[in-house]
Amino acid sequence: MSDPLTPELWPFRDDALLVRFARVASPQASGAVQAFTAALADVLPKGVVETAPALASVLIRFEPDTGVAKVIHTAVQSLLQSRDWAAAPSPKASRIWHIPACFAGEYAPQLAEVANLAGLTPVKAVKEVLETDIRVLAIGFAPGQPYLGLLPERWGFPRQEALTPKVPAGALVAAVRQLVLFANESPTGWRQIGQTAFRPFQPEAEVSFPLRAGDAVRFHAVSPSEFDALRQGDPMGGARVESAS
Amino acid sequence: MTATLQIKRIAPGATVQDLGRPGFVAQGLSQGGAMDRRALYEAAALLSLPAPVAALELAGAGGEFTVTQPVRFALTGAPMRAAIDGAEIVWNASHRLEPGQALTISGLLAGSFGYLTFAGGIETPLWQGSRSVHLSAGVGSFLSSGQKLPVGNDPAFSEPSQFLPLEDRFKGGAIGILPGPQTGLFPKETRQGFARNAYRRSPMANRQGVRLEGRALPIPDAAQGLVSDFILSGDIQITGDGLPVVLMAECQTVGGYPRIGTVVPSDLPKLAQAPAGAELRFQWVEVNQDPETGWLAKYRKEVQPLVRDPRDMRDLLRYDLIDGMIAGDEPEGG
Repeated sequence: MSDPLTPELWPFRDDALLVRFARVASPQASGAVQAFTAALADVLPKGVVETAPALASVLIRFEPDTGVAKVIHTAVQSLLQSRDWAAAPSPKASRIWHIPACFAGEYAPQLAEVANLAGLTPVKAVKEVLETDIRVLAIGFAPGQPYLGLLPERWGFPRQEALTPKVPAGALVAAVRQLVLFANESPTGWRQIGQTAFRPFQPEAEVSFPLRAGDAVRFHAVSPSEFDALRQGDPMGGARVESAS
Repeated sequence: MTATLQIKRIAPGATVQDLGRPGFVAQGLSQGGAMDRRALYEAAALLSLPAPVAALELAGAGGEFTVTQPVRFALTGAPMRAAIDGAEIVWNASHRLEPGQALTISGLLAGSFGYLTFAGGIETPLWQGSRSVHLSAGVGSFLSSGQKLPVGNDPAFSEPSQFLPLEDRFKGGAIGILPGPQTGLFPKETRQGFARNAYRRSPMANRQGVRLEGRALPIPDAAQGLVSDFILSGDIQITGDGLPVVLMAECQTVGGYPRIGTVVPSDLPKLAQAPAGAELRFQWVEVNQDPETGWLAKYRKEVQPLVRDPRDMRDLLRYDLIDGMIAGDEPEGG
């Protein structure tokens, strides 16, 4: 059963609007965000600087000018009211990322704990991560850093109470049906189940932010020795992207 | 002609800043840019430039600078003592610097961030459309003594030196706040209380955020389990201890703490410039009466020729507009 969403439209500062589908994270809210963000691109009037999806909301920023603000408000409001966004089908991903990840030994320090929380064996837990149709739900917290999901419902366990003092750059961590792929070494309340050699923020590269919200992501399990070789290479860490047909 | 700026020495905390890089919230990168955006517009007006250019943001202390070609420059933002070859020059004004002369900037008189803008702009490489250093994202780094920076062509080299009356934005005071998407999570009494209480700027402040000291606010029940949502600079987040933190140029793009409102963009420079300990009083407002799009035209109207009479210059140096803030701390001979 899907909980009904109560979409709200808020002015934000003097140069933005926020469409908020829910105050707490849910699959319905994430689905609505994805569908709404995709539809928004087709109706935006001039003056919009950027749009961005978060886990349960969409930001629309524009030039700070009251005339523009009114036109954009009207356009966004009528789109918002045009259908039930929670029931809207998820847009098809236009790109699929294939990212090697190691789910063994020192690279997966909390895999057994996470599998236990999800009621799975570690092998089955990794299999679910590899087989789930994972999307980039949002990018935030650090530049380029993706929130990925959603994993099956049994992955709905919360963050751990205590902070892990640090996980390395590239760490793949899990909580609340989501994965985060850390851009930098960081403290976190999420549990580390694997590691990639992929850097989601590459300031020196021509494309500094490889991932985009809405991209599909498939992880491919590699052994610790294969992983060690990947991390000697470029910041893509063996990841490749293909256009979805 | 392009020039090279030679940084003979510079105090810690200085960076190159322009108006930042909007358009990357979807990639998790906040806009960044100058902490006091007004100072860049003031510099553009003083130097008769069509738009603000990349400048040196000085975090409360200065340095010593020379150039390889004659240049015009402006000193704006938090007033500091400045001199060319030891002779004091007026703040909030434009001046010329010749090769062989040394520009020294020292003693902060009020506020927090001073700006040194060259008419040709600092021409460090653009990254994603901006030259702003974004420390929290790891884009660029602090300036250091001995560094050399390229300065671009001055489009109006023959323009005379000009002066702008110093704005009253360097000692805290009243700050307008706009209601935002999460304001409704806070009960009316909390919102009113926030506007009634006086807060002080804590010494804990950087380009990401400014912590405030004062009466803690109760965290509303409605904020429990809140999903991370968008942050824009100026947002006032109420952290676990109930104290406000105003999120600044280099804030994260999303966050989970509830935000009671947003500092109106016209007052954010005032908040950025409030020195540690300065009193801040928040007032709810409905609209931004003074949007950034009008700042350059406004300052252009206010610029006046720089007074050359040394006695008048001493008057200007006294910064009477900062009523009482620097009493007992006037420049020598002032």
